[in-house]
Amino acid sequence: MKKVIMGNHAVSYGVRASEVKVISAYPITPQTQVVELLSEMCANGEIDAKFIMVESEHSAMTACVGASAAGARTFTATSAQGLLLMHEILHWAVGARLPIVLANINRAVGPPWSIWTDQNDSLSQRDVGWLQIYCESNQETQDTIIQSFKIAEKIKLPVMIVLDAFFLSHTFEIVDILEAEQVRAFLPPYVADKQVDVTESHSFGNLASPDSYMELRYMIQKAMEDSREVIREVDEEFGKHFGRSYGLVKPYRCEDAETILVTSGTVASTTRAVIDEMRDEGIKIGALKIRVFRPFPFEEVFDVLSKAKKVAVIDRNISFGHHGIFFQEVKSALYGRTDIPIAGYIAGLGGRDVTPTVIREIADKAISDKKPEREINWIGVKE
Amino acid sequence: MFDYLPYIREWNFPHIWCSGCGDGIVLKALIRATDGLGIHRDEAVMVSGIGCSSRTPGYVDVNTLHTTHGRALAFATGVKHASPNLNVIVVTGDGDATAIGGNHYIHAARRNIDITVLLYNNYIYGMTGGQVSPTTRKGDRASTAPFGSIEPPFNISGLAKAAGASFVARGDVYNVKKLEKLIKLAIQKKGFSLLEILSPCPTAWGRRNKMGHPVQLMEWLRDSTVSMEKWEKMTDEEREGKIRTGVLHDVARPEFTDEYAKLVKRLKAEK
Repeated sequence: MKKVIMGNHAVSYGVRASEVKVISAYPITPQTQVVELLSEMCANGEIDAKFIMVESEHSAMTACVGASAAGARTFTATSAQGLLLMHEILHWAVGARLPIVLANINRAVGPPWSIWTDQNDSLSQRDVGWLQIYCESNQETQDTIIQSFKIAEKIKLPVMIVLDAFFLSHTFEIVDILEAEQVRAFLPPYVADKQVDVTESHSFGNLASPDSYMELRYMIQKAMEDSREVIREVDEEFGKHFGRSYGLVKPYRCEDAETILVTSGTVASTTRAVIDEMRDEGIKIGALKIRVFRPFPFEEVFDVLSKAKKVAVIDRNISFGHHGIFFQEVKSALYGRTDIPIAGYIAGLGGRDVTPTVIREIADKAISDKKPEREINWIGVKE
Repeated sequence: MFDYLPYIREWNFPHIWCSGCGDGIVLKALIRATDGLGIHRDEAVMVSGIGCSSRTPGYVDVNTLHTTHGRALAFATGVKHASPNLNVIVVTGDGDATAIGGNHYIHAARRNIDITVLLYNNYIYGMTGGQVSPTTRKGDRASTAPFGSIEPPFNISGLAKAAGASFVARGDVYNVKKLEKLIKLAIQKKGFSLLEILSPCPTAWGRRNKMGHPVQLMEWLRDSTVSMEKWEKMTDEEREGKIRTGVLHDVARPEFTDEYAKLVKRLKAEK
């Protein structure tokens, strides 16, 4: 059934279709509507799930860990400070190999307080071992939630879906809403191979000596590496069932492009409009959206970008003392295999709009610079 | 006519509170109380966390710290410990202080550190749109409890008293003169002073619970609050559905920064 819904509700509908069993959450703007709708769905029996409104985000993630260890499919949603408060337990979910799915609405971190979007909250969780998938439309959001449970349960690692605050979370779009009955053949109920159980007992989170800890970490990395193929397979299978696939990356008019703009999140949609405008002017330019950030799709990124003459990465985030974070990742994907100049552009922090004009400015700058004068360029910073 | 302007940051207005919200009433009572006590603005520090209540320090022209959700008391403990001569006032709410910040709340009370806590109880998470909070009454509707909350609420004042606070009081935004008096007493008291202020949220709580009009909330406060003197004379039957306001608990207990100073003095003397 097609309906016009907000991004946050696209998350809720994805969760409903995935037949989640336990949802735990704590209120934070701009995630609010995700769990509000879910709590209503739980209360009126639309989903056969238990909803717990806990006392903090730390507790929300912890309750998910407990429920997941007990064999339930679990979900939570948060944003910015809430995600940061979960940090300790984000690590825990990975080490415990629990297939939890979390939706994070990208919101700038305080102080100063901001409720508007940028990516520093989720990207600061880069190294905890969660898969990260960045969405740009409400349809993609709902579909990615459903895909994520399947991916997470196959590789036994948690998955974070990421949406831009307001630009996506509060924007209404047409979504083909999937029902549980349609999805069941694609995503059967979760069966944990080990779980907290009264008939067969297991030890979770026990002490690991230096003799075994490293092997357990190696297994996580191995699962992350293998997950690239799993994401591809799940995406293809989803396409067979529902006619929509998204890829790890999404190239746009890149075939003969001399310059390629690399983006993520909602900036990707705006960028495509700018690409069309520039193509009409005869400029050979394309765009690459990075959808899956962890595991990083090195091969896909290299395959697309290595054919270009110049690469410009737009980052709605900053790693202080280094660069934009997508920039670093893209650079490492190209390193040692090509000498294409690559420049990084920081834009849109704290919810400042990345308009077509801003993207055009970046594109023109990338094209006109013979060699990028600096690898990092701040766009639109006031004097 | 009292002149509030010297105490407020006009540039930060208009405020974010909804029409009919009691938080502005508390703001004005607080300004009158601190003015009445003759506290110089450089000697006052207001610390808040996150929520509607926590916006208060943004509007007051003293030293202010707007901190993370639930952690105002932890920040304030640091401020008071570093500069015990400062008047430290924490402005917080039911969700901020007793859910995400519950641990800091009981430990600050246990230490009996000389901080004044103005805890606005609006019975809900107002700013994020009306989720169940630890003080939402059983049966009340909220956005995360569309068919009524099944959880029993916290007794905020009782919690502070049990944890060790030396001063516990309750006021409300209907009995404004009394509220001003209670704020003064709470600030003057040495030790951890908790003033719970009933400021029910019309938008996120009232509307879902058949008290959508701010006047109804005011009438509810008028009709259900009773003074301590009255309360003492009431039978159990008469107390049903009534809420005590006034000073609920006032004892002398050693204060944390004093005890710390004494310890340092003693150890220096022994050296």
